[in-house]
Amino acid sequence: MKKPAGSISYIATPVRAWIHRFAFILLVASAFGLMLLGKADTVMVERARTAVTDAVVPLLDLASRPVDSFNGMVDSLREMADLRAENALLRRENDRLRNWQAVAQRLEAENTALRRLTQSVPDPGLRFITARVIGDPGGAFARSVLVNAGARDGVAKGQAAITSEGLAGRVAETGHRSARILLLSDINSRIPVLVGDGRDRAILAGDNSVQPRLVYLAPGVDVQLGDRVVTSGHGGAFPPGLPVGVVSQVGEGGLRIEPFVDWSHLEYLRLADYELSGFLSTPETRNGPATLEANRSGDQEGTQGGSQRAGR
Amino acid sequence: MNQSVWSRLDLVARSLFPFALSLLLVMASMVPLRVPDLSPIVPALSIVAIYYWVIYRPDLMPGWAVFLLGLIQDLLGGGPVGVHALVFLLLVAAVGGQRRFLATGSFGLVWFVFLPVAAICFFLIWALYCLNLGTIMDGRSVFFQYLTTVAVYPCLAWIFAQAQRALLR
Repeated sequence: MKKPAGSISYIATPVRAWIHRFAFILLVASAFGLMLLGKADTVMVERARTAVTDAVVPLLDLASRPVDSFNGMVDSLREMADLRAENALLRRENDRLRNWQAVAQRLEAENTALRRLTQSVPDPGLRFITARVIGDPGGAFARSVLVNAGARDGVAKGQAAITSEGLAGRVAETGHRSARILLLSDINSRIPVLVGDGRDRAILAGDNSVQPRLVYLAPGVDVQLGDRVVTSGHGGAFPPGLPVGVVSQVGEGGLRIEPFVDWSHLEYLRLADYELSGFLSTPETRNGPATLEANRSGDQEGTQGGSQRAGR
Repeated sequence: MNQSVWSRLDLVARSLFPFALSLLLVMASMVPLRVPDLSPIVPALSIVAIYYWVIYRPDLMPGWAVFLLGLIQDLLGGGPVGVHALVFLLLVAAVGGQRRFLATGSFGLVWFVFLPVAAICFFLIWALYCLNLGTIMDGRSVFFQYLTTVAVYPCLAWIFAQAQRALLR
């Protein structure tokens, strides 16, 4: 009854090896296929990406909390050491800022008056969605972070991601409860900016280094070291005038800027919702769980504009 | 009967362990550490994991698992899809051919062989990214990431060896 095991394995072993080899080749071919598909059908790949990200976000959210509290502890210990010096520094800065506030208020009043005089179209209201950075893929090939707010919180593709220092990047993909922020240093990042007091148009192009390049500047434009770079608002998605950085390199090697944002303290990002898009009035975004601050720095036209949109 | 079901479940759980651990490492390397300048050169833990398991337990790190790990890494990392999946498969093919020689070799030898293997992996990933973007990327931070990956190998290999001894023998 019992067959000798040898004869079966005599046939089965090469067949199995052949199947293994075939499966392996199939996998390699699918990897190639995926690469081509990623080039051709970006929507599908994006959907897969956001699905995976959404699935992983709760885990990352959990894992990043102890790291954050540990870092917070280290920071507070470090601050404790030079509390006195910092206090004096802050006092001085506070005095300086109070002067600036007075100037800003005066300028704002003047600006409002002039706008009214020229009947200029008011800028759309700005609204911020605050999100915590919970994932940083790291590595040498891309610069992006994941945040724990997504479409359900009103995050949309193209919104500017800013910190208290300045622009950090833009929303590249939005999942249901997560979003990927493409940092301005990423090789795929292109942001329209204005350079210096002359407000010359340029494009800020990342190349994965910490200092992104300025490209497509009109010939003959004189750019100095230390010139401020702000977003231009061209393209519509970004509010104009967000601080980006200062010019840190001029000359043969091309123009480079030093961004204001502190990459190692990227803990919370504010996503600026600027576009006059329809989702503003959807019920989920109005009652969204994220910190939604209807924030308009200022003038009456702006506030009216904001409430009109919300009521639409 | 009951006993055999449990023991089979136990066996399945144990045999999934290398894949699960590698997946966990892929996710762990996503946690933002907020250490200045670390992010661009954070070691590629998945390359170490796959290299180790393909040498010591290739039966528990089959092609589909490697493909899946690469795919998840690509999807989470935000880069072009399929790059890591392909490179990891090639890594398995290259190391799998020499595994008898490596599995019996000393720790130093396995680490030494990891140097060129990881270098080729990083070069391939870099080349595929460049091809995908249509530009030449700066290779310096890739090189530094390679160095950190090589440096972290002994530590991870030690952890894997302990886990293998505790769970898989």
